[in-house]
Amino acid sequence: MTQHERTWIPTSPRKSSTFDDYTLSEIRRAAATGIYDIRGGGSKRKLPTFDDLLMLGASMSRYPLEGYREKCGTDVVLGTRFAKKPIQLAIPITIAGMSFGSLSAHAKDALGRGASLAGTSTTTGDGGMTPEERGQSKILVYQYLPSRYGMNPDDLRKADAIEIVIGQGAKPGGGGMLLGQKISDRVAEMRQLPKGIDQRSACRHPDWTGADDLEIKINELREITDWEKPIYLKIGASRPYYDTALAVKSGADVVVLDGMQGGTAATQEVFIEHVGIPLLSAIRPAVQALQDLGMHRKVQLIVSGGIRNGADVAKALALGADAVAIGSAALVALGDNDPKWEAEYQALGTTAGAYDDWHEGKDPAGITTQTPELSQRLDPVVAGRRLANYLKVMTLEAQTLARACGKNHLHNLEPEDLVAVTIEAAAMARVPLAGTNWIPGAII
Amino acid sequence: MPLIDLSKTSLRDLNASLHKLTADTNETLWTIVNPAGEHSIAAGVDAPITINIDGPVGYYCGGMNKHATIVVEGSAGQGVGENMMSGLIRVRGDASQSAGATGRGGLLIVEGNASARCGISMKGIDIVVKGSIGHLSAFMGQSGRLVVFGEAGEALGDSIYEAHLYVRGAVAGLGADCVEKEMRDEHRAELAELLKAAGEEHKIDVSEFRRYGSARQLYNFNIDNVDAY
Repeated sequence: MTQHERTWIPTSPRKSSTFDDYTLSEIRRAAATGIYDIRGGGSKRKLPTFDDLLMLGASMSRYPLEGYREKCGTDVVLGTRFAKKPIQLAIPITIAGMSFGSLSAHAKDALGRGASLAGTSTTTGDGGMTPEERGQSKILVYQYLPSRYGMNPDDLRKADAIEIVIGQGAKPGGGGMLLGQKISDRVAEMRQLPKGIDQRSACRHPDWTGADDLEIKINELREITDWEKPIYLKIGASRPYYDTALAVKSGADVVVLDGMQGGTAATQEVFIEHVGIPLLSAIRPAVQALQDLGMHRKVQLIVSGGIRNGADVAKALALGADAVAIGSAALVALGDNDPKWEAEYQALGTTAGAYDDWHEGKDPAGITTQTPELSQRLDPVVAGRRLANYLKVMTLEAQTLARACGKNHLHNLEPEDLVAVTIEAAAMARVPLAGTNWIPGAII
Repeated sequence: MPLIDLSKTSLRDLNASLHKLTADTNETLWTIVNPAGEHSIAAGVDAPITINIDGPVGYYCGGMNKHATIVVEGSAGQGVGENMMSGLIRVRGDASQSAGATGRGGLLIVEGNASARCGISMKGIDIVVKGSIGHLSAFMGQSGRLVVFGEAGEALGDSIYEAHLYVRGAVAGLGADCVEKEMRDEHRAELAELLKAAGEEHKIDVSEFRRYGSARQLYNFNIDNVDAY
């Protein structure tokens, strides 16, 4: 072979797995701007998910239920430990807390309508309770956050439950910031801050520190509301065993556990992608803590963070949760990232399905914005109906899987109904690798 | 004139009785004895009544108060008057940390010292402390006024928004974006009005106070300000 021929043997250009296209673009962006990336949404990296679990349908050893004939219950009662008025839901899928401010009033309105049609609850967020949201939500959970924006005893008493937010899955240990461009007159008034300035939300509560204080704080909220309302504690998944145990010790009625796939209105990309643990790995330690304390099913567990369909619901419940919450998926049901706005997403330098600059307030779908021209694009009635449809489908899917496993109620699903297709998922969910009896990490 | 003995009546029964009161109640003067540091005494009251508490109270006394006048004849634990909306709370002794936290209205008077985080995240409340206050007081204070006769600890007014701070004694240190500001006539008038509301008029010279507030340099995120934190 001549020298000339050797030089003509081509090799394919090879890109680095370590320095992939996204990483390179992020280095260039950081070098050009000198600032870290801020975005909305949850973790986008590939993580073990419920898709790595499979359900074992009934066969010789278990009887299935007839798909279109035999009943499979879906109702759930939350807050049975101390509250005089527990929450009764028709389905075990709730709408997670999202603020008016980060979302438009129309979007909050639509979430309330959809949840009410489906017989479930919706949740306020950092920014207080709007009359529209209270009016449209048959069952409304009122968040009690470190910022206490808009907090007052009248709204507290109007709520059906109170959710004390310790953290969220997208950013356990982090606070928040609503950038000035989304601070309309109404948002500014509700938060008692000047229009147009960034509104920071602290990462720690201002008047309690640690579980011993929290127990006293919970009792204060119970006293103010005359022990009527269930009190939830929302935690971002990081140390779920200990956090759940401390939540029980503090007197919570319900624990809300949010995995790292859970969304945020705006946080640093590095925080979203590198802090917290996936939901799949968080449920069993939390359930273990409840079981160790003899409180499983007495203190209810709601899990969230990347729940997408009825299979996710069924698997989360089989792992021991009492209900799930959805946020990002609910926004998609309303119309978030819809391809019909593709031309406008392109103009913003992104594409439908990838748009996450929610903090900038330019959402073409009119959901994560306070700009009237954009927010008017979302019809709350139509969007609410879409959400209700989606919740109905998720419920039907979960029922289908539960009947196949021979269960006449979603709550009768159990870990024994599951196997994993990857070693990682088997270890995290503490179920056997499919076709084996091996649970990696199990202490026998 | 109900008299409640907390060694015999439960906290739950006391607060339930207080919550039943309406704006036109005739039972306008309540006396609570043997509080013994109980938490959440008179939390969530929404009526124009006066409640005298004969002794020390625990956490969150008068929490979210609306319209009531509450007098603590002793010291108060953490978060006295937290998120109060209106009315008046007077603590004859000292107050623990986070006094008046997130308060949205009304007047909190501490005749002794207050501890750390006094007026943290205040949202319209007025606070008058006749003694000194601890570190990180008025952190992220949004609005309202904080008056301190004594000294202030470190990081006063850190990340403050539009709350007005008046301190007579030494300030150990100012937090991020908090600066001393000129005392003009309108501020002296504002201070005099607060002293009058607290029953301290003519007892103390307003010209002895210095005013602190937001430099408004950190109101919008700017990467060039990261060194400020």
